[in-house]
Amino acid sequence: MKSDVVIIGGGLMGSSTALQLAMRGIHCTVLEKESPGRHASGVNAGGLRQLNRTPAEIPLTVEAARMWRNIESLVGSDCDTRFPGQLRVAESAHDLDLLEQRAAMVRSLGYTHEEMIGREELFQLAPALAPHCVGALICRDDGYARPFHALTAFRRKARSLGVEYRVNTIVDAVERERDVWRVTTRKGEFQAPVLVNCAGAWAGNIAASLGEPVPLKPGAPMMMVTERLPHFIDPVIGSASRKLSFKQMQNGTLLIGGAHMASLDFRKQTSDIKWPKLAVSARSVMALFPQLKNVRIVRTWAGIEAFMPDNLPVICKSSTAESAWHAFGFSAHGFQLSPLIGRILAELIVDGKSDFPIEPFNITRFQPL
Amino acid sequence: MKDHYQLVIIGAGPAGLAAATVAADHDVEVLVLDEQPAPGGQIFRAIETAPAERAEMLGPEYRRGEKLVTAFNNSSARYLPDTQVWSLSAQREIGVIHQQQARMISADQVLIANGAFERPVPFPGWTLPGVMNAGAGQILFKGSGIVPSDGVVLAGSGPLLLLLAWQYLRAGVKVKAVLDTISRVNYVKALPKLPGALLAHHHITQGLRYQQTLRLAGVRLHNGIRDLQAHGTKSLESISYRHKGSKHSLKTDSLMIHFGVIPNIHLSQAAGCDHSWHKRQQCWRPELDKWGSSSIDGILIAGDGGGIGGARTAEHAGRISAFKILRNLGILNQRESKLEAAQDRKWMKADLHIRPFLEKLFRIPDSMLKVPHDNAVVCRCEEVTAGEIRSAIADGHSDSNQVKFLTRCGMGPCQGRQCSQAVAHIVADKTSIPLQQSVQFRIRPPLKPLTLEQLASLYPDETE
Repeated sequence: MKSDVVIIGGGLMGSSTALQLAMRGIHCTVLEKESPGRHASGVNAGGLRQLNRTPAEIPLTVEAARMWRNIESLVGSDCDTRFPGQLRVAESAHDLDLLEQRAAMVRSLGYTHEEMIGREELFQLAPALAPHCVGALICRDDGYARPFHALTAFRRKARSLGVEYRVNTIVDAVERERDVWRVTTRKGEFQAPVLVNCAGAWAGNIAASLGEPVPLKPGAPMMMVTERLPHFIDPVIGSASRKLSFKQMQNGTLLIGGAHMASLDFRKQTSDIKWPKLAVSARSVMALFPQLKNVRIVRTWAGIEAFMPDNLPVICKSSTAESAWHAFGFSAHGFQLSPLIGRILAELIVDGKSDFPIEPFNITRFQPL
Repeated sequence: MKDHYQLVIIGAGPAGLAAATVAADHDVEVLVLDEQPAPGGQIFRAIETAPAERAEMLGPEYRRGEKLVTAFNNSSARYLPDTQVWSLSAQREIGVIHQQQARMISADQVLIANGAFERPVPFPGWTLPGVMNAGAGQILFKGSGIVPSDGVVLAGSGPLLLLLAWQYLRAGVKVKAVLDTISRVNYVKALPKLPGALLAHHHITQGLRYQQTLRLAGVRLHNGIRDLQAHGTKSLESISYRHKGSKHSLKTDSLMIHFGVIPNIHLSQAAGCDHSWHKRQQCWRPELDKWGSSSIDGILIAGDGGGIGGARTAEHAGRISAFKILRNLGILNQRESKLEAAQDRKWMKADLHIRPFLEKLFRIPDSMLKVPHDNAVVCRCEEVTAGEIRSAIADGHSDSNQVKFLTRCGMGPCQGRQCSQAVAHIVADKTSIPLQQSVQFRIRPPLKPLTLEQLASLYPDETE
């Protein structure tokens, strides 16, 4: 089967890229080894967070936030987005100090989306917090979405513009022959002049077969969700000194994450919950919200994601192969960036350049000098 | 209580009790975890405390449990009642809650003996208050002597339906009708299985006795009913169904439904044991060898949780698994365990003779399982209808887990126990992918809700 671009990976990055290319009239085929959203894209915490990003990601995250605000115009669905702000709570003078340094650093880069708030405003925004909290770093227009719904919206829109999805289609080999990529799968061969690698935790295999291996490590951050509760808090709560992400979803459930890792069997693509780490996570929640002690946890899970050693993604043209592009390794914070990543890749592929500073995400940073 | 046992048995029904007694008699350190307050399981519930009169009403099979419980009580096995198991790993680490306290227990060998539960079959109105599983009705009766005050209709299929109708009749409850989904076709299909079944005649004579008693008492017995619906605004007011082409309806505020039982496989799924679809029993079962060993080392399954065989078979299977466990622990050698298990194998084989007959006879019509009415709520927890599931599939969400992601079907506190089969049937029907090849809901522990405080109390030395 032939198309203009073959995209490996039907998650958010692949779907966003396919959508943006299709909007520019380019015919894409998306190869998905299972079903779209089976791993990171479908089961992540859905955070739309600009707060506390590494400086290299700030220009991207700010533009991505703008895109999420208008996501309905892009994909025809609001993806269940909410923008109640995200907070990074300080529990001590030491925490406050750390957060103030951070705020100053962001200001010095010329950005205003992160700011400090004092105790009084903190408790206006989140009265349910334990009284010992002293302040917070806030990004007021941050929020969250429902990831599987977002993915479904991207996929639907992409399909409506002619993108073809092939599910349960595992890529066995990629080869460049003359000016064409030949992608061999158990469901036939796919040909296109351009190849895009959005294979998430499996992207390392594709990069290696292009001759540019990367130190990608798959990991499975654990999440837990509680029974439904009456609405009691709006903003997403993080902590200056704890591994925690905490929010009350639209349906009243609490979604609790903190990048505690499950034990992963990558070959079998299964993970086992590590209860000792979730016990720590539960203690973190109770420190900030002691009144929640009798709330029942109804599910825990872990989705498989790609982690890079520097926790930065790879977004670039291949350094070894012609007409091949990468977008992977988002290290558990790619969801918010996804609408923009598709746009950047489409710009790179169609126009040969993007206005966004993506040099820090080049794959060559892992190659020996 | 210790943190580690040679053998942990989950469930104190016939299989668990029999296995625990055998293992304890061989000086194995046994811990039996049970959700119930007293040993006996669902089948012999409250057997130690039920008054003689009620036990008499419940029939002679119930008495059989007394022997099992007495032997267990006299053994050295440690019994932990009122205990919920919320996780089981392939490394045989067991998360439990007992007296509000969470803890982890590990074991060299684990025997899952947690039995079966009633097959949930969605139909319009089945979630209305007043519609109850016959098993739950029987629990209220066995445990506390509670019966419907204003008469009852029983509908569905399976041996329990007749048994409960008969028990209600004896207790003086007005049985308005027994509506059986079994058509005459099933009787014809089941007949060839009869010669084998005759070897287990106690089951058949019992069933016939129930039917005869009900008929003599003037109870309406309708076979081959279709299109069962429950109606009411806030709670059940009436039911309707089709029988021989004409529509009937009945006023009732109590409907007991029963569509047979299916293995409780949440624990074996959580541990990662292999399962497969069983066509005759219309359910998933763990893959077991003839000793009850699962695909995971040191995890065995006995009784209805491994496939529906009934109480007597469960008792034999429990003992057979116990002999294998004794061998795994190095207490018996291969020859000894074979020899010890021989008698139970013989009895079990005789008891299982009835199964092919019962499975043919009580087979749930495909129309009820595969194509629930679009208005029927499939997921009670998240209130997802069959129609919503069908539109998710039509939108390209072509397996159970994708349907779950999109619709939240199966994400409630019951962990998908109630809807997983119905969703799988609908997916199979819409996608034409046979159930045998379909994927099931992935298990997301805790299997039973655990509070934040209970979780926080575990592993106090662990830090970020």
